[in-house]
Amino acid sequence: MEALIAIMIGVLTACGVYLCLRNRTFPVVLGLTFLSYAVNLFLFVMGRLVIGQPPVITGSSSAYADPIPQALVLTAIVISFAMTAFVIVLALKARTDLGNDHVDGKEEA
Amino acid sequence: MNHLIITPVVVPLLAGILLLLLREQDVAIKRLLSLGSLIAQLGLALLLVKTVNTGDIFVYALGNWAAPFGIVLVADRLTVWMLSTTALLSIFAFIYAMHSTDKAGRHFHALFQLQLFGLNGAFLTGDLFNLFVFFEILLLASYGLLLHGGGRLRTKAGLHFVVINLAGSTLFLFAVGTLYGILGTLNMADLALKVASVPPENLPLVRAAGLLLFGVFALKAALLPLYLWLPAAYAHTSAPVAALFAIMTKVGAYCILRIYTLIYGEQAGPAANLIENWLLPLALATLVIGVLGAVGSKHLRLQTAYLVIASVGTLLIAFGLNSQAGIATGLYYLPHTTFASAALFLLADAIARRRGEMADRLDPGPVIASPRLFGGLFMITAILMAGLPPLSGFLGKFMLLRAALDHPALPWVMAVVLISGLLALIALARTGSLLFYRVHAASADNQSSNVDKPCFNELAPIVGLLGLCLVLTIWAEPVLQYANSTALQLLQPYHYIHAVLGGRI
Repeated sequence: MEALIAIMIGVLTACGVYLCLRNRTFPVVLGLTFLSYAVNLFLFVMGRLVIGQPPVITGSSSAYADPIPQALVLTAIVISFAMTAFVIVLALKARTDLGNDHVDGKEEA
Repeated sequence: MNHLIITPVVVPLLAGILLLLLREQDVAIKRLLSLGSLIAQLGLALLLVKTVNTGDIFVYALGNWAAPFGIVLVADRLTVWMLSTTALLSIFAFIYAMHSTDKAGRHFHALFQLQLFGLNGAFLTGDLFNLFVFFEILLLASYGLLLHGGGRLRTKAGLHFVVINLAGSTLFLFAVGTLYGILGTLNMADLALKVASVPPENLPLVRAAGLLLFGVFALKAALLPLYLWLPAAYAHTSAPVAALFAIMTKVGAYCILRIYTLIYGEQAGPAANLIENWLLPLALATLVIGVLGAVGSKHLRLQTAYLVIASVGTLLIAFGLNSQAGIATGLYYLPHTTFASAALFLLADAIARRRGEMADRLDPGPVIASPRLFGGLFMITAILMAGLPPLSGFLGKFMLLRAALDHPALPWVMAVVLISGLLALIALARTGSLLFYRVHAASADNQSSNVDKPCFNELAPIVGLLGLCLVLTIWAEPVLQYANSTALQLLQPYHYIHAVLGGRI
């Protein structure tokens, strides 16, 4: 399962980087979204993958799921949500102000 | 627990929230509230200077959760130095904004306070993930401030600024995640302890995380080759915001100094002095690029933005020397360059207002109103920026060269700093002669007398910022003493670790 998750994070990051380098604002926004998904997943698995364990130590269980990455990822999700919303609005504003959706505001000749 | 430590974070947050509740037409109340909050922050920062000047490090555990389990705020000499610089700068930037900028959009005042909330928090926090959160707060506020007032070029520059910073935040999270995954902690003092004893099989990952973090901070500090976002963003935003952003690049420099003396410093065992081979060459190259950009600029504000890059280069050369004298010089140079470049941004705006359609384009234009006043101010600012005697810029560069004397890279530092000083001087002298000497008489129709008259809100911040540089020149000795003891404190991270973790080590 570790390999599967690792490959998934890698693919998500690669897609994100590729889309970020595109020249239209919409793919760039999508790319940033992919990157934030990748990093959220990455943060989440940094607490190691365990199945069916409680996130708090109780008397009966010997192992536990690390709760800190879950808290971190919650914060990161909220922040990346806000940022994505902001960048979408900004991309729309740029579309209106600059007359097109090229990231540099000009159509190539 | 000393509650004074958290106040620089709480005051702007509360002020920002209150400002959001006020109606748009209550500008006078908004200004009063903002100014009150700024003055309170300055007072608190100065009080903190007095508190930490005994050499103690104060720790504030939020919710009384002891480190490393809870988040801590830490006030040491470096933190308080940054807080005071920010507070002084923000007051003057805000006074200039009261001239007209703050009425161009609804939430300028609230965003301004939230920006300070983010900045103060980033300086105070002792937790790596919390640093990320404060970075995001200050960035989100800065996006709003950057775009404040609107306009085509501003939107374009803003889009680039936002996208590159979002990519930077992603890198930051990857680095933080890697560190947590290996070392199991995010508290900086605890990280410093655990890095030193990391097993060899995990060492490459710890080093990779450290270098990723360096990439993030280099992006914030606009270090070569990650500086390309800065010139357009700073040149096209409104003047008070550009002046306030003079501290933003210093946040990156602060983080580099903090992380790479504390976590990856001398005592970090196998990961010690991680960025030593990278920082100095990159900083030297940044300085060269900065002054070349300044020489080639066709607009005064773009030139100022390139000079900000050059000053980041100089600052990080000082930090890159990795010695007590080097760091102390950098800490002396930091407020100087922040105030001087902020003053130049404000002055550029004041001059541009008086040149009608020419604005800040560096071509012969009409005679501006009160040329002696603005010419004199420009000359003083140029002397500060180029590092000529007798003002603080010269002292900073002189001490930088003296600190580099026994460093193996001395020839490089000497050559780059001196030649770039000359180039900056040429660039600013050319600007000065274009703006004030090679002028033709103003045509009668673009004489609008009420714009031309310099008013208090315009002059006071510029004169005030230059006055602060004068203070740094005249009282250089006590300032340098403080900087020296700060550098010493940074190079002995044991005290920091002990203060945060207390009996647990």
